Amino acid sequence: MKILVPVKRVLDYNVKPRVKSDGTGVDLANVKMSMNPFDEIGVEEAIRLKEKGVATEIVAVSVGPAKAQETLRTALAMGADRAILVQTDDAVEPLAIAKILKAIADAEQPGLVILGKQAIDDDNNQTGQMLAALTGWAQGTFASAVNVDGDSVNVTREVDGGLETVKLKLPAIVTTDLRLNEPRYASLPNIMKAKSKPLDTKIPADYGVDTAPRVKVVKVSEPAARSAGIKVADVDELVAKLKAMGVHS
Amino acid sequence: MKTLVWVEHDGKAVKDATLAVVTAASKLGEVHLLVAGEGVDGVAKEAAAIAGVGKVHVADGAAFGHNLPENIAPLIADLMASHDAFLAPATTTGKNIAPRVAALLDVMQISEILSVEGEKSFTRPIYAGNAIATVESSDAKLVLTVRGTAFDKAATSGGSGSIEAVGGGSDVGISSFVGAEIAKQDRPELTSAKIIVSGGRALGSSEKYEEVIVPLADKLGAALGASRAAVDAGYVPNDYQVGQTGKIVAPQVYFAIGISGAIQHLAGMKDSKTIVAINKDEDAPIFQVADFGLVADLFSAVPELTGKI
Repeated sequence: MKILVPVKRVLDYNVKPRVKSDGTGVDLANVKMSMNPFDEIGVEEAIRLKEKGVATEIVAVSVGPAKAQETLRTALAMGADRAILVQTDDAVEPLAIAKILKAIADAEQPGLVILGKQAIDDDNNQTGQMLAALTGWAQGTFASAVNVDGDSVNVTREVDGGLETVKLKLPAIVTTDLRLNEPRYASLPNIMKAKSKPLDTKIPADYGVDTAPRVKVVKVSEPAARSAGIKVADVDELVAKLKAMGVHS
Repeated sequence: MKTLVWVEHDGKAVKDATLAVVTAASKLGEVHLLVAGEGVDGVAKEAAAIAGVGKVHVADGAAFGHNLPENIAPLIADLMASHDAFLAPATTTGKNIAPRVAALLDVMQISEILSVEGEKSFTRPIYAGNAIATVESSDAKLVLTVRGTAFDKAATSGGSGSIEAVGGGSDVGISSFVGAEIAKQDRPELTSAKIIVSGGRALGSSEKYEEVIVPLADKLGAALGASRAAVDAGYVPNDYQVGQTGKIVAPQVYFAIGISGAIQHLAGMKDSKTIVAINKDEDAPIFQVADFGLVADLFSAVPELTGKI
């Protein structure tokens, strides 16, 4: 079985986002960019399925600028076999990404597509579900466990209040949640080896997908700031403040 | 504009998350509801009583029993022929279903709206709430998920919606429900609690969490939360986590105990009405957002607080 793992290049999760003063977006100039953490979990899960003998080939895909090659090389260094970059400098919305992935899925015929549940930049949480709709495949979102069993996969999902398990017919779409696994670091020899793994470059038009945005970003602003309050001297003062607000047992 | 709101329920009762979505929908136009499930007469009646509701579409059948998006999304897409906007709460159920509906309709969804700015214009958080985007849709129809803490809850009585059965609906046959482990807690849910008591890594162990955090929460009738560091260290289960990658909460009072205040945690609780921080490090970033800060050793201060409150 082949596994497709879409990955996105995003602002590194340790970097505090700064809103540009002209309100057009978040400043991405000269800041550290990394693979979206949820996608990293997706790559790791695919590799584990290959190590278990469930998967035979892992294809990493990214839709983004030329520099997204670095993100794909990271996926290859972790253990993906080959990569496809669908290169564009435009911001591409989840619906258009899902359409591109659908075309790639048609060509590659994977048994599973494993995506991050959301990218930590736009926080849309849509692409996997949209791809499932377009392919007509089943979806196991927010996965904390993935067990392939013959022609189906059991996905345990992190839902509000606990866990839920669904059984999906293959091929299927899985989106990852934080507890699915802990991604490995690529070793230096594997980073070197990744440089010679195949990486195809395409453009959205190769798949006949129009990436013109449907949703216009009018402006981006800082959230309302919260100012520090007061320090209380001791527990008694805190109790008095809380009681004054009506908070007591 | 005619809106269709996904009613989130547990088979017995309408969940609170739905009520904020009704408020958001009412800012756009006429509010219709969809109750999908198996044996949901009671839920439909309850939904019809929500203030401001026009029509309640009820899809009752085994195929709709476990919120499987493969079966439910086509049903909603069909209903959207006579509606202009679909709205669901930004819960795990809403997030699972809405984008599948959006793609079937060839609509770009707008996720987790915080406000309605115009007929097609909304604000939403990006970068875990570190920035707020104002966006405008150019699609013919709207698909929205709604952040529950950003809208008032509609009243659960006073409405007189008409109940209408939706025909058909079948099992697409590509997915099935196996089972669920829903943690039973005799406490309010994190996302709807009025008071939350959260503990961080400084507690040092799950025993200390039990010993220090739980009694205070018990006394205040509060929900229990934790920072990612505390969850990762194994002090409490995953679903306690408040933060960018956990639950987004906005209670009346949030107690951050032994939590330093990493960006990731602040993103999940900074909209709380009042924040109380107890930490022994006076330079901890949590104090920059706390309304009441107490620099103290939590192991003595919290039991004292529990005793005196």
